[in-house]
Amino acid sequence: MPDGARPVLDVRGLKTVFRTRGGDVHAVNDVSFSLQKGELLGVVGESGSGKSVTMMSLIGLLPSPPADVCGGTVMLGDTDLLTAPPEELRQIRGARIGFVFQDPMTSLNPVFNVGSQIMEPLREHMGMTKAQAEVRAVELLELVGIPDARRRLKSYPHQFSGGMRQRVMIAIALACDPDVLIADEPTTALDVTIQAQILELVKELRQKLGMAIIWITHDLGVIAGIADRVMVMYGGQVVEQGPVRAVFSAPQHPYTRALLRTIPKLHGPRDARLEAISGQPPILSAPPTSCPFRPRCPHAFDRCAAENPARRAIDGRAIGQGHDVACHWTAPAMQEVAHA
Amino acid sequence: MLDAQGTAAAPLVQVSNLKMYFPIYTGLLRRHTGDVKAVDDVSFTIRAGETLGLVGESGCGKSTVGRAILRLYEPTAGRVVIDGDDIPALAPEALRKKRPVMQMVFQDPQASLNPRMTVADIIGEPLDEHTNLTGQEKLARIYELMDQVGLNRAFANRYPFAFSGGQRQRIGIARALALNPRFIVCDEPIAALDVSIQAQVVNLLEDLQDRLGLTYLFISHDLSMVRHIADRVAVMYLGQIAEISPRDDLYANPLHPYAEALLSAVPEPDPNGAARQRIILKGDVPSPANPPKGCNFCTRCPKVMPVCREIEPKLAEAAPGRMVACHLINPIPSTG
Repeated sequence: MPDGARPVLDVRGLKTVFRTRGGDVHAVNDVSFSLQKGELLGVVGESGSGKSVTMMSLIGLLPSPPADVCGGTVMLGDTDLLTAPPEELRQIRGARIGFVFQDPMTSLNPVFNVGSQIMEPLREHMGMTKAQAEVRAVELLELVGIPDARRRLKSYPHQFSGGMRQRVMIAIALACDPDVLIADEPTTALDVTIQAQILELVKELRQKLGMAIIWITHDLGVIAGIADRVMVMYGGQVVEQGPVRAVFSAPQHPYTRALLRTIPKLHGPRDARLEAISGQPPILSAPPTSCPFRPRCPHAFDRCAAENPARRAIDGRAIGQGHDVACHWTAPAMQEVAHA
Repeated sequence: MLDAQGTAAAPLVQVSNLKMYFPIYTGLLRRHTGDVKAVDDVSFTIRAGETLGLVGESGCGKSTVGRAILRLYEPTAGRVVIDGDDIPALAPEALRKKRPVMQMVFQDPQASLNPRMTVADIIGEPLDEHTNLTGQEKLARIYELMDQVGLNRAFANRYPFAFSGGQRQRIGIARALALNPRFIVCDEPIAALDVSIQAQVVNLLEDLQDRLGLTYLFISHDLSMVRHIADRVAVMYLGQIAEISPRDDLYANPLHPYAEALLSAVPEPDPNGAARQRIILKGDVPSPANPPKGCNFCTRCPKVMPVCREIEPKLAEAAPGRMVACHLINPIPSTG
């Protein structure tokens, strides 16, 4: 991925606030990232870290009110999705950006057969006739590995297993050959052996189709196996971002480090005791003025309370292009003090 | 009974040929036309102080095993001897008297705590039911339990909604501990929690086991966490046990092809581990209402042989302390 290449999707300073009767919740705070053609960006974080809200914000899928996407730009090619008129946004969703959600049972319509649900975006966005759409739907089902595709078009969602339903969702998302596929915890509801099948399918599809993918998950194992780059979110912010190997082999942020240590290993030496991260994730009732991880961080010092750290590149490349981290403790000056 | 190390340790829990069928009724006359064989002939033992991990995918019957042995379901057949009593055979009053010995921690702390009861009421309910403590003694016991699970005593009069998922699970654990049980079934106790909170709860369960000498049946689909907490592990598939082995043996060298595939499918947080051979199973788990003939894994097994489609393999010792139900591991002796 050359530094200068123009990204497919470029998100700058995204802010989302939920305005509720109980007060504001600052769910996404100044999130920036970009996605290159053909790249798979993994987004990890716990529930409430803002990873799903970030992606829902940029494609305008959050109900407003209460959601208020109040800052930033989201450039898909030359279009700013945040200022695009609703009709244009509707054309982009499904055609240029595809989605796969966590639970395939609730995202498929139970009263229509899957064939009509795959054909809907084809007729809506690509202007295909019914006959053309049907041919393409069969191709798509075959592409995602559903056997006996022509007959299965007439089947209803409840007649598929969980893994097969998720394949149908992927087929719908890919129907219009999107530039970007956003997958929000697509394998979380599936068993590990079925998850392995879906991960294998996605690897295959990337090679065949070359679209860029954003893969949201809380499972670092899935990210390690599938992503090119990883973005770690905590408290509505990006705390660390970088190539997947760099982040896993040399995690910078204390949260990333703790997260990697707290997961028990399947191979190698077995820890007598798990390293727990004490405390709770933050409640985001005000815009952050200090580091969101500070109350749980073993390295926190006075500056962490005084100032929310900005993202800082650690390998000399532009922020978002190489490996960057938002942490005062890992600043070079601090490390010299620590090692002196 | 001799275990793998050859030392004698009496089993606290002894499950033999447990079956749990849920009947299917069809047609206008609601005739009994079949059964969902959720648990089909499962046997295992758990020694006092031991943690047995029970792993498998959704629908394999692992939670049903947990519920059936505590008689939250009435088992269809089989013996479950816990601390000397055959649980399915107990009369209702005898069963009630037995309840304090065996308790359960549920998966979803949101659904298993009554939202209209305070923490003190929730933890104190088993004390009301099974002891004659005075109000003051009861409160002292509630505080003691809250201390044990790391909950602040000041929160005793709050309601469950005021707590986070991890804290709610601590309330559920305190309730399970209230009557000094010897045996606790932990049914996916961490599945609903965030990664950073899971370790807190697992460490607590381990501390309590050390301090109180508890015996656990730890039901989970998280194979990495089971490796951490369990001494022995049983792998279930479609209502039956495929393999029971000591933890280290299973993870280093799974014998049953399903155990092998299951372990290989777990994604590991190590981008350099991608070279590891991954076994991708074909297809889905068959319906437990209509399991395949022969070995129930024969439809997906990468190592299937003709005999597997004909004869059901029995769980048999394959190595010291290791029981496996597979014709490949335990060939049928030829009768000719």
